[in-house]
This record gives sequence, structure tokens and C-alpha cells, in this order.
Amino acid sequence: MAALGVATGGGNWFSALALGVTLLKCLLIPTYHSTDFEVHRNWLAITHSLPISQWYYEATSEWTLDYPPFFAWFEYALSHVAKYFDQEMLNVRNLNYCSSRTLLFQRFSVIFTDTLFVYAVHECCKCIDGKKAGRELTEKPKFILSVLLLWNFGLLIVDHIHFQYNGFLSGLMLLSIARLFQKRHMEGAFLFAVLLHFKHIYLYVAPAYGVYLLRSYCFTANKPDGSIRWNSFSFLRLISLGLIVFLVSALSLGPFLALNQLPQVFSRLFPFKRGLCHAYWAPNFWALYSALDKVLSVIGLELKFLDPSKIPKASMTSGLVQQFQHTVLPSVTPLATLICTLIAILPSIFCLWFKPQGPRGFLRCLILCALSSFMFGWHVHEKAILLAVLPMSLLSVGKAGDASIFLILTTTGHYSLFPLLFTAPELPIKILLMLLFTIYSISSLKTLFRKEKPLFNWMETFYLLGLGPLEVFCEFVFPFTSWKLKYPFIPLLLTSVYCAVGITYAWFKLYVSVLTDPPVGKTKKQ
Amino acid sequence: MEKCYLMTAVVLLGLTVRWTVSLNSYSGAGKPPMFGDYEAQRHWQEITINLPIKQWYFNGSDNNLQYWGLDYPPLTAYHSLLCAYVAKFINPDWIALHTSRGYESQAHKLFMRATVLIADLLIYIPAVVLYCCCLKEISTKKKIANALCILLYPGLILIDYGHFQYNSVSLGFALWGVLGVSYDWDLLGSLAFCLAINYKQMELYHSLPFFCFLLGKCFKKGLKGKGFVLLIKLACTVVASFILCWLPFFTEREQTLQVLRRLFPVDRGLFEDKVANIWCTFSVFLKIRDILPHHIQLMISFCFTFLSLLPACIKLTLHPSPRGFRFTLVSCALSFFLFSFQVHEKSILLVSLPVCLVLREIPFMSTWFLLVSTFSMLPLLLKDELLMPSVVTVIAFFIACATSFSIFEKTSEEELQLKSFSISVRKYFPCFTFLPRIIQHLYVGLLLPWPLPRSTGSGSAGPAAMAHGPSRSAACGIFLDRGMNPCPLHQQADSQPLCHQGSPEGHSFDSETSNLFIFIFIIT
Repeated sequence: MAALGVATGGGNWFSALALGVTLLKCLLIPTYHSTDFEVHRNWLAITHSLPISQWYYEATSEWTLDYPPFFAWFEYALSHVAKYFDQEMLNVRNLNYCSSRTLLFQRFSVIFTDTLFVYAVHECCKCIDGKKAGRELTEKPKFILSVLLLWNFGLLIVDHIHFQYNGFLSGLMLLSIARLFQKRHMEGAFLFAVLLHFKHIYLYVAPAYGVYLLRSYCFTANKPDGSIRWNSFSFLRLISLGLIVFLVSALSLGPFLALNQLPQVFSRLFPFKRGLCHAYWAPNFWALYSALDKVLSVIGLELKFLDPSKIPKASMTSGLVQQFQHTVLPSVTPLATLICTLIAILPSIFCLWFKPQGPRGFLRCLILCALSSFMFGWHVHEKAILLAVLPMSLLSVGKAGDASIFLILTTTGHYSLFPLLFTAPELPIKILLMLLFTIYSISSLKTLFRKEKPLFNWMETFYLLGLGPLEVFCEFVFPFTSWKLKYPFIPLLLTSVYCAVGITYAWFKLYVSVLTDPPVGKTKKQ
Repeated sequence: MEKCYLMTAVVLLGLTVRWTVSLNSYSGAGKPPMFGDYEAQRHWQEITINLPIKQWYFNGSDNNLQYWGLDYPPLTAYHSLLCAYVAKFINPDWIALHTSRGYESQAHKLFMRATVLIADLLIYIPAVVLYCCCLKEISTKKKIANALCILLYPGLILIDYGHFQYNSVSLGFALWGVLGVSYDWDLLGSLAFCLAINYKQMELYHSLPFFCFLLGKCFKKGLKGKGFVLLIKLACTVVASFILCWLPFFTEREQTLQVLRRLFPVDRGLFEDKVANIWCTFSVFLKIRDILPHHIQLMISFCFTFLSLLPACIKLTLHPSPRGFRFTLVSCALSFFLFSFQVHEKSILLVSLPVCLVLREIPFMSTWFLLVSTFSMLPLLLKDELLMPSVVTVIAFFIACATSFSIFEKTSEEELQLKSFSISVRKYFPCFTFLPRIIQHLYVGLLLPWPLPRSTGSGSAGPAAMAHGPSRSAACGIFLDRGMNPCPLHQQADSQPLCHQGSPEGHSFDSETSNLFIFIFIIT
């Protein structure tokens, strides 16, 4: 992929990269797609054939509309193109409908909306400084960054195989980050407000936005030592920011407020009735916690500390979203996870407030927010790791330390997505693409920072290399052993626990680097 | 190599594209009673594992040669046998005698696709990577870009992973042969090439350049000293490898003859349905197949083929050089494709392989040819429902070539080494003098993979090309040291003043259009 742009000196390497990946996406059209495909088809049908008042009440299909209104409007807009492809897919009662035209339309809608992502990447590439620009194109940070973002393994498999619309949503986020880097704060705030009403998972990173805009935009000046200058507060800026957020929210939620449906909308958006962990465990703190619980209960049973009749039978990994009781350790409630998340986020927010480091500091805080909520959130999807991986790419080309964290986070995070694709024809694709991305990212960043200390110490190298044997065991050895029927959940459990270790480590390392970094304010005064 | 990781990325990308293409349909999917090449390959596995080796090529109660009888050389049969053993291990139903006919399932498709990928990974891809790494006088990046373009060549990917064949095996062996003889590993090179011929008899298209190149090397070393030793060694290698491959069939004379009859079915006619070669195009005006008796057709095609490849081969024998060898490979394979008997549209892959090797030297022309060659197989690909992957891989290949090599530079008459030719054209056909200006406007358009709208004269291309027949072989010899340079000017010259006259024989328009493009390529 990299060589696509090798020989070209000018700007068309970027379009070659973007076009190349678009073509690859087109080749992925006939691959397996998950139930999310039906989810989005159903939403197309709901928004197309029902009045707005019915959107958040309709429940013919089990896949009810549970994204904020802008996404519903987005589906509504798509449905007006969809009707030229196949009218039948817009029928609410046509459950699990999948004609070849429907498939083509849905796949192309993802590919097409990804143009926003491509544009956002283009804007992001402008923001990073080209100080380290090497002689050769393939060694320039811009080139590496655009490959890391455009050819991101996670986005490719989640959007174009598994089927979702993360591409353009991530595009919106990257674009708003880019606008903040370019000092176009209002635009950035607007884009983020819009994004929030597309998919509310981005609420996790909202604290970073709020604090950054308040601290570095509403306060127009700092004291010489970098601390806040209270009298520089600009009410005008605060009000205009507030106005933007208010108007966007009014546009989105207003109609439902008028229909008196807000509680129903919110109950759909925040389904706390779901379990702590998703269908299989996302590699976060709770995966480690549950694994520890399982180990303890097995030990307890062996040593007769526990009474087998009192142990609840519900298995976490049976594949259904359900409530789960821990056996030894205390069970976790939504409130507990919320508190844990807040506590985890707080230090980074404090850091952003007391040690402002410009857009870069904001970006670090945003990643920490995303990662912390991934670590401790309630009912986290493994796909949510993309929320941290994509912005982290921006950091990775700037500093060797960040590159090292990025590589650990990305490699483990991407590996944890493997169970999403479990069908045989997709097995080579996911392995090949993963290898492609991992080898490229590690080698190119190593080349970029070859003058500094090695990116990994022996422990990290060992850990990353361990992913190989793990994959071999889970996909090629385990299915042929006798445990397959007795303990079908072992590969999933191993994958998420192993990846949870890596992600926790990356999160911890990033936190340490943020907290111990000297404030930039002292060296770079305004 | 410092940029090792980029090469790895390129190989992985090539593999990814191959596998994603293989998710699509294959030839004859769900089309009883004959199905397609996919069933042929499965049937060969069934035959080779269930029948004793003596019955493989013979018609019998268990082996109906009318139903995809084995008509490839022994190495293909052995490969089928090997795959059959694996298939038997996984699911014996796949290769059960008689009952497995037309067997189709998702798992089986996966298995068959995997066999292609593995063969490709073991033979063709390493050869391409090594070939590009061994290129001299260019930067590492250019080498990687070159490898990317060769690995992304859509024709081979679509035929092997879409349509379903094992071309990468024979082409891979041939490429190992080219590598061997180019870097003075003559014995290994000829061994690899013998394997290629024994895998697929079509590789004979490449045999003359190999022969001439090696003979030329022997001459150069002096036939009385080292050269003679080399010649003896080469002869021994070739004979030994052939004997080894054919050993089971040498036990009886009838066996050997039967295999040969299966390999060269001369009674099958001059060409099959839609081939982008001279005979097919010519029959638009004159139905040679019906007018001339069979043996005369055979004679004519033989003479034409022989005459057309003679100059290039003589030149190579007299001045053997790796570069000349590659260009002779192109011109000989093209001669065979254009003039020989019983050509299949997929045989264009045999021309494409050497063209891939000269991609670096004449990027503009090679890219053009490779795109057109893929286009010439479009009817076949459409039949297999491979339109989507075809379009996508063709565009990807074009982008790869356009960014890797500056293909739009160096396309003036002088740089394409066509000056003398175009002067002569202008002299004899004064009305063409206004063309260069038009050509300048059309250049970009010509490179597009779909040349339909512009080439209006496909119907009349035949005679125009034949008119230049005599000059062509002479020109071959004259221009050879500068490469077999094709002539875009001439293409325009032929097509511009004429208009398409419909498809009298029901040949599809596009196949003829690409006829034009392909054989104009050789006429310089």
C-alpha cells in the first residue's frame, strides 16, 4: 500500500492512498456481514416508512433505533437513495431482508460516506508539524499518519466487513480535532456537537472538549508560569460556544421535545438493562475482574470454600447480552462503573485544566477519556477501542514515547477485534490485513524514530509476539481439541484477558506520561 | 534490504487482494451439466486419486474424457493428486468417484481457493519478489513499486482467483526460469522452465526465447570449449527433468502418444469463441474456418507464427542479453498468441507475464497492454459474474502503475522510438499527417481500461493490419535492440478514418476492439 505513493513526489500520493483503500473496500463487499447490517436496514425502513413520532417507539424488529436523532435523519436521507436500489428493504416488516441490491447499496453507503473521513485525515495531516521530514516520502510523518489512519485495520474490518458507519463518525471527530489544532475553535465545537447527536458514545470524550474549550478558548491568556489568568475570561466566547451547542441540540432533540417523547428517546439511548460486558468481553478492566472472579470461583470449588449449588449458572460468554452475577467478588452495578469511569477520567481533566499544553494536551486528554471509559464503562463494545486508536495515531508520529504506546494499544486493540469475524472465508482476510497494518505501523514508526531509543523493551516485545501463538491456539489448535464442546468460551476468554493486559498497560503508560510531562507553558509562552 | 517491511506490506497487500477476489463467484458455479474450470480441476482430483495412473489420460468407464478429461501435462496431474489427498483428508465426498460430479459447497470452495493461494504463495509470489529485488540500477523504492504493480496485475488475479485456474504455478515456474537464465544459473533456470512446460503445455509459447537465449550463450562461450560443455549440461538437464516428469507414461508407447494427443488437440479448430487474435478478427470478413480445409489452416497458422517470431529469435541467438531475452519473450509469446492454432483467450496471460517484466523499461506501453489484455478477457469474466472485482482491480492496477512509474512522461514519438516508423507512415499515407495533434488529445483517454468509445474501426482492423504484415517481421528485427515498441500512432492511424460496421458474426464488440489494440501492439 505504501508503495502506491512511493514514486510520486507531489500531493497525489495522498489520493493514491485514499483511492487504493477505497478500492480495497469495494473488494470487501461480498464478505460476511453481521447483524448490524440488519440493524441499519431496519433503521432505514423505520425512518423511511414511519412518521417521526413513531421512530423511537417502533419495535417490530428487535433492533430498535437506539442512536440519537441525527443518525436517524442520516438514515432517513440514505433511504431516499435506497429506494432507487430496492424498495423492499424499506419495509419495516421485511425482517432480515438482504437482496444483492440491498447489500450493494448498504456497502456503498459506507464507502461513500467515508469520503468525509478521507477529508478529515487530509486536514489532520496538515496539522502535524513536518519538522522531522526525512528525505524520502515514505519516511515523512504525514505519509505515515495518512497510512495509519486511512488504512486502519479496525475501521476496515468493523465498517466494511462487520458493517457499521464508524468511518464518517470518526471523520467528524478527527475533523473537529483538526479544527481545534487550526485554532478554529467554534467550528470544532460545532462539529463535535453534531457528532454527539450522531452517536452518543462520544459523550465519553466530551469532558475533554468542554474543559479544553473553557480553559484555552474562553480564557484568552495565561500567567507567565502557565497558570490561569482569571480576568482574561471572555463571556462572549462562552456564550457563543453555548449557543452553538444549544442550537445543535435543539435541532436534534427539539422535535422530540415538542412531541413529548424525550424520556422515550433517552431510554432507548441509554439501555442500562444490558449487562456489564457485551456479548463477549471487551478487553477492559472488567474482563480482568471477571476473569479473576472465575479463577477464584474455580479455586473455591476445588478447595470446597464455595457451595456449588449457590453458584449462578449464567455464563457470561454464552453469546447473549444478559445480566451477570459475579460469584466471589462483588457484582458490579452501573453506578459503580460510572463512578470508576469518572474517577479514572478526573486526573486527565485536572491535568488539562492546570497544565494546559495547547491542542496536543487536549488530544492526550481526549485519548485518556476515551481509554478510561473503555476501561471502566458499562456494557462496553470491543469496537469502542477505535475511539482511542484513531486520535492516538495523530500523537504517534510526534514523539517516540507516544509511538510506543500507540503501537501497543493499536496492536492489542485490533487483535481484540478478531472474534468479530469468526467465519472461515474471512479468516485469511483478517490475518492478512492485521499483519499488513501491524508490520507497516511498527516498521514505519521504527524508521521514523530510529535515532531515539528503541520503541519497545523486552517485555513489550515479548507480549506483542505472544499474540501470534495466541491466534494460532485460538483459531487453529483449539477447534480440534476436545475442549471445544465443553468450554467453547475459552478462546474468547483468552483473547479478551490477554488483550486487556495490553490495553491496561498502554492506558497506564499514557497516564504516567501525561502526568509526569513538564508543562509546555514554561517553554512556549504566548 | 532496508525497506524490507515495505516489500512485506506489498506482498501482504497482493495476498489480500487475491483472497478478496476469491470470495466472488467461479466459472460454472451452479451451471450443470458441464459447470466450468472449477469443476474441471475438481474432476481431475477425483480422477487422479481414484484411478491408476495408466487410466488418467484414457477414455474408460470411469473416465469420460468428454467430461473435463485431463488434457494438461503430467505435473498438473500430480498437483491434482496432491490436492486430492488433502481433500480426502478433509472430506472424502469432495473427490468420490462418479458421485462427486458437480460437487459444490462453501467449504469446498474455500478449500479450492486455498489451494490456489498456497500454490501462488509458494511459486509465483517469491519469484516476483526475487525478480524485483534482483533488478539492477534502480532504487529500492522503484523495486518495491515494480513488485506492487506486477503483483496487482488484474488478469492473473481474476483468472486464478475468480475464474479458477492454477496459472500462477506454470507462470511462476516460467518466471523462476527467466530469473535463473538471466543471472547465469542456467541449469536451474532450464529446470524450472521444464517444470513450467510440464505443468502446462502452453508454456511452449515461451520456449523458443529460452532455447535461443541459452543457445546464444553457448555460442558466445565458444562451441568448441566451455560452450559445448554448457550445451551438453543443459541438454541433460532438460532431458532428465522431462523423463522424470513423464516416467510413469514412458512404460508403454501408447501411453505417451495418448498423453500427447490429449495435450495437443489439433482437431479442435483454429480458434475458440472469442479470442483477441488475428484469426478471430480476420474471420469477421472471411470465414477461414469454413472455407479452408483443416490441414491448410494448420499450415497457414504455423507459417505465420514461425515467420513472425523468426527475426526476434535470430537476433537473440546472435546477441544474447537478459534485456533482449525479456523483449523476445514478449514478442514470441505475442506471435504465438496472434497467429498460432487453437488459441484460448486466457493465453494472453502468457504474454502478460513477460510484459510485466518489461514494465519498468517501457511503463507506458506495458501498462496499456496489461490493461487491454485484462479487457480482452472481459466476456469470460462477465460470464463468471466477476464484473465488480474486474473493474476494481483494473482501476487499482492503473493507479499503482500511474503512481509508481511516471507513465505519462516520455511518450513522445522519439522517446517511444517510433520516429522512423511514423515518418514512413506519413510518407506512404499522407493523409495521416494531421493525426499527431489528435493523438495528443487522445493520449490520456487511450490509457483508460475501457477504450470502447474511441476505437471505432475494429471491424476494419484486420486488413489494415495484414497490409503491414510483410513490413512487420522486418521491423521486428530492425527495432529489436531498442525493444519491441508498439505504436500508438498506428493504432490511431487504423482506427480513425474508419467506422465500426457492426458485428457480422456475433462476436462481441469489445473482444474485437481489444483485438485491434493487441495486435497493433506488435506491428511496428
